[in-house]
Amino acid sequence: MDNGAAVMVRDLRKSYRHVAAVRGIDLEISRGEVFALLGPNGAGKTTTVEILEGFRRRDHGTVDVLGEDPARAGRAWRARIGIVLQLSSAGPELTVLEIVRHFAAFYPGSRRAEEAIDLVGLAGQAQSRISALSGGQTRRLDVALGIVGRPEMLFLDEPTTGFDPEARRQFWQLIRTLREDGTTIVLTTHYLDEAEALADRIAVIASGLIVAEGAPDTLGGRASAAARVSWEPPGGARRTVETSTPTATITELARQFSGEIPGLVVTRPTLEDVYLDLIAAAEPAAADPELAEPAPAEPAAAEPAPADSEPQALS
Amino acid sequence: MTQSIKLAGPRTRPGAATELPGAWRLGMARGGVEVKTFFRDKMAVAFIFGLPSILLVLLGSIFGSQAAAQGVTVGQLFTAGMIAGGIMSTSFQYLAISIATERENGMLKRLSGTPMPRTAYFAGKLVQVMVCTVAETVLLIAVGMLFYHLHLPTEPGRWWTFAWVFVLGSAACALLGIAASSVPRSAASAMPVITLPFTVLQFISGVYVPFSVVPHWMRIVASFFPLKWMAQGMRSVFLPEQAAALEPAGSWEHGRTALVLLAWTAAGLVLCIRTFRWQSRR
Repeated sequence: MDNGAAVMVRDLRKSYRHVAAVRGIDLEISRGEVFALLGPNGAGKTTTVEILEGFRRRDHGTVDVLGEDPARAGRAWRARIGIVLQLSSAGPELTVLEIVRHFAAFYPGSRRAEEAIDLVGLAGQAQSRISALSGGQTRRLDVALGIVGRPEMLFLDEPTTGFDPEARRQFWQLIRTLREDGTTIVLTTHYLDEAEALADRIAVIASGLIVAEGAPDTLGGRASAAARVSWEPPGGARRTVETSTPTATITELARQFSGEIPGLVVTRPTLEDVYLDLIAAAEPAAADPELAEPAPAEPAAAEPAPADSEPQALS
Repeated sequence: MTQSIKLAGPRTRPGAATELPGAWRLGMARGGVEVKTFFRDKMAVAFIFGLPSILLVLLGSIFGSQAAAQGVTVGQLFTAGMIAGGIMSTSFQYLAISIATERENGMLKRLSGTPMPRTAYFAGKLVQVMVCTVAETVLLIAVGMLFYHLHLPTEPGRWWTFAWVFVLGSAACALLGIAASSVPRSAASAMPVITLPFTVLQFISGVYVPFSVVPHWMRIVASFFPLKWMAQGMRSVFLPEQAAALEPAGSWEHGRTALVLLAWTAAGLVLCIRTFRWQSRR
């Protein structure tokens, strides 16, 4: 089974004290694929990825990552995966080069530390202490520590949070480079443009379920979804129609106006439109009996609770 | 992120004659990093090494005139106690605070996501504790010799006592420190949560105050914890033989000291195994 999919998940379930975080997920990720997991906070993204990484135990279902069950896999399996964690910046009193070199020693056949540092664009900070790095530089160091072992499979949890636009573009380039090298990549992200730019396939997760899965340009029926045709009749207000046959609509309009259509705009839904629709459609699921638990968010919305009431914030 | 970077050679696939690095080698690598990290952390160095040395000078000067009895010198009495406190400081106190910090800042989780064998992590801590505890002890003996004309014992028997009290004491305290690292809820609270009980223990165990001055009930409480026995063991190394009469039991109680320290080592080990977590609870 080692030559099959990189990741194979069937009916994955996980609850925390009766609160279902993941409610039956199936996933299949091919080798060499860049796979993005999109979803709002609390949707079950991190739980799912942490189960794949072997950090969390599942309640139910089968999970196979690079031919092994992460819950039972040992050091040899760990040497084949790389994990970029979403962590705070406080680190030990080491330089960038020292810590990357230290982590490189854990892996057989790792990259040279200098190469990993170069790849993430930290060559200029190699001799800097971790404590002296900026937020974005610290995130790049996280990535360097994730790739120094030359992983076959790389997990990235919100990798570009805190990056400036230029750093994000550079990071995207790095992901493409790793992909050309044959690395399977699973990333979670909040940024739709990031998923669209990088991912071969996207899964949208909401309320612990996968609500849509596909290539960025066909996700959620995006390619076949109704197009929006709008135009400005002379002397009138802008008019818009939704149609699955926009070409016919335009031909008809062109005939009406006998030539140019004034102010013509044709749009397909953006990934963001599709995503927001999917998330909104998944919302009612949160109220379904399977999830019936006294969620603090629900009553708080019903009651005229003061805005600053944050139970257990200090405990 | 220069685009001209070339990825080094063909990807080495696992199983292709690439063996995992050995646990021993990685344990030593961890130890090197731990020691380096410790000595670069000026706060930790000042706190762990500076505080006991300064206290030794202060306490010795303040209580100097009262302590001398039965041919015991101030230097002997406070150096012995402070060595015991110093051992607990580098093992228990520093380990508990530093591991709590590593758990909170995610270093533990990050390490557990690599193929580093978990034993290598603890081996690294062991190396760091050993280096720091030896350094602390040497420093305190030097302060004792410099300020209070402390004479090192010459009988081999005393050095044997020193060796086993040192080893058992630091082993028990280190294991308890690893276990105690799970008590604070955050790195920020680790300092007070760990330091407060440790300070109390030093007062009642004969480190800051001569044990014979400590009220009876406090001595009883102290005798349930390892520090009292470590301090007593160290007194048996550095004080003249007749000073045993000043001990509550009228003797050095070597057998009981060894038993208590062994029991705490075993208890610490069980606590560590049952409570150690690689991720913070959240």
